[in-house]
Amino acid sequence: MHVPDGLVDAPTSLAAGAVAAVGIGVSLRRGGKELSGSRIPLTGLVAAFVFSAQMLNFPVASGTSGHLIGGLLAAVLVGPWLGALALTVVLAVQALLFADGGISALGINVINMALIPAFAGYGLFWLARLVLPRTRAGVLTSTASAALLSVVAGAAAFTIEYALGGNGAVPATTVAWAMVTVHVLIGCGEAAITTLVVGAVLTTRPDLVYGARDLVGRTRPVPELQGLR
Amino acid sequence: MTGRHPGTRLVASLCSSPAGALDASVKVICVVGFVTAVVATPPRAVLAFAVDALLVLAAAAASCLPARVLARRMSVETPFVIFAVLMPFIGTGPRMDVFGIGVSVPGCWAAWSIIVKASLGVAAAIVLAWSTPTAEILAGLERLRCPRALVMIAGFMVRYLDLVAAELRRLQIARISRGDDPRWLWQGRAVATTAGSMFVRCFERGERLHAAMASRGFTGRFPTTAAPQRPRRWFPAIMWPLVAWVVALAVLIP
Amino acid sequence: MSAPSAPPAIEIERVSFAYPDGTAALSEVNLTVAPGERVAVLGPNGSGKTTLVLHLNGILAPTSGRITIEGICVEPGSLAEVRRRVGVVFQDPDDQLFMPTVGQDVAFGPANLGLSGDALSRRVLGALDRVGLAGMQTRAPHHLSFGQRRRAALATVLSMDPNVLVFDEPSANLDPVARRELAELIVELGHTTVIVTHDLLYAAELCPRSVILDDHTIVADGPTAALLADSDLLGAHRLELPRCVTLSGLYPGG
Repeated sequence: MHVPDGLVDAPTSLAAGAVAAVGIGVSLRRGGKELSGSRIPLTGLVAAFVFSAQMLNFPVASGTSGHLIGGLLAAVLVGPWLGALALTVVLAVQALLFADGGISALGINVINMALIPAFAGYGLFWLARLVLPRTRAGVLTSTASAALLSVVAGAAAFTIEYALGGNGAVPATTVAWAMVTVHVLIGCGEAAITTLVVGAVLTTRPDLVYGARDLVGRTRPVPELQGLR
Repeated sequence: MTGRHPGTRLVASLCSSPAGALDASVKVICVVGFVTAVVATPPRAVLAFAVDALLVLAAAAASCLPARVLARRMSVETPFVIFAVLMPFIGTGPRMDVFGIGVSVPGCWAAWSIIVKASLGVAAAIVLAWSTPTAEILAGLERLRCPRALVMIAGFMVRYLDLVAAELRRLQIARISRGDDPRWLWQGRAVATTAGSMFVRCFERGERLHAAMASRGFTGRFPTTAAPQRPRRWFPAIMWPLVAWVVALAVLIP
Repeated sequence: MSAPSAPPAIEIERVSFAYPDGTAALSEVNLTVAPGERVAVLGPNGSGKTTLVLHLNGILAPTSGRITIEGICVEPGSLAEVRRRVGVVFQDPDDQLFMPTVGQDVAFGPANLGLSGDALSRRVLGALDRVGLAGMQTRAPHHLSFGQRRRAALATVLSMDPNVLVFDEPSANLDPVARRELAELIVELGHTTVIVTHDLLYAAELCPRSVILDDHTIVADGPTAALLADSDLLGAHRLELPRCVTLSGLYPGG
């Protein structure tokens, strides 16, 4: 899913970079208003968590394994704004320090794997929670459907980016079909893993799941720290 | 669930290379400039890519980056090479015969373009990571007016990555030691529980950090601290992206 | 009354604290520490030791009662000053060392106090020198040994020029040599010191006076040797000396 340099042309990459910058700016502003600068260490830890979780091998079938992308997981656990920022930082560090994902394609990767899961994915999660009963099963069903959507929407976004700035040769509709079909499968895996992880956190510390705060009767037993706004 | 990650981190070399003595903000600008030049170069300008490749090799030499290490770390791009190799076969347009198999000519050029540009981009990023300690890259980004909050988040992430990975390893060993060997998705509950408890631990560490920072007078605004800095010399590093751009423009504007 | 003497370094008066869900963590705690004194707060796990530590520099505010530091009442308006005067060294040095390099970390506190430039770097170098880590300022925290990290955590606090040092389980996870070196360093620094621990021998080594915190309140206060010799008292509060010590007859009652 990490798009390398050269798959999409320079003007489209730059435009994607501009769109991503706007999305990050909104997240910084909204995240700052909602959660304050003192949540920065927490967001850094969430980014480290997502990075490590991406290296965790989950069994898929008969000994083969896959891993998590984690965009929707982060959004459900810490909210869409911090989730988007955490994933953005993960992608930027991967591009700059690990050569994973092109530096010029960073905007594209941020849109597909940070902003779309956090906003489209979390939006669907929120809508599903409105419709479904306010129970653990409701939260998990919403998580699963939103995780699947976040991956497929990311693939669809890539198809659009490729149609705009791809290097021709393969027709955009072929790419669209291939990407979406493959990513429905990948999305099912992402949905299963995300749901299992959110379920595990709901069992041990339900108060830490941002997207299910309404399920917990009372707030977590840690008071506001003094002198931090 | 696609892709993979290099299990080990790129460690900045300890050799006192010419590139190592440069300020990180200069290097970040040069790498971004070089990579965009490569991406902007039309695929058929084969000579231009040869020049770009020489530039990367020169930068690698200036960073004391051993060719072996460079080659091994280039393996990050393998999944997209596979994608690119498929393009001649699924591409449209005029076709030609290669050993009796019909392949699309534009498809071949597209595959070439993806492989050469991605390789140059990956190599440039490896040179940057090799020649620059992480703390300096972060400080450099901050001097380039990257939003402070993002740089700080990245700093916390990089600082705790090893700890989180080590914690994860311990959880994994404890799980496997008790005979867990999942082979199918529905047996993966224990793996998910491992990830879940890792998140809880990360969250709790975030809170303890928060208290430790408040104890030292933190009130929500990060002070400017003595971040590592080196003299900001632009020459000769700036020649790297400049030459690449001159070559790209020479091809673009006939 | 003769001439006014210096106010106590720490005065805790009838402090109670309950978490928002109603769980009591401290109830009616009273403790006075004179300037220059070294006091150990002993107690089993879950007795409220760490909660008490977080009250000493106003990270947590008591539900009722009052805390004064050198005559300054800990309240929202005085937090910055209190946090300058009271340096807290947390149990896990990795929670305290969060910046990319040791030097940046040691600079974090004084920079929050508004220091910059030469004054800031003098503070940083001075603090590193006092804990025996001179020349380590460009190192990344995860490249230090555990004992070095604990001393670096102490340096991050010393750079704020505090009058009172508070240690939460300072001997935890240290090997015997690092443990002794830290004890020598604490004595040498000579600050008013509060050591929160369940390591009774460390308390005996460092602190002439100890208090026992159990069930969220102070249940005993006296010379450390006398407390440790009272095996019934220790036993009643889930504390005990290692068996080899009781056999050696060093603390006859124990």
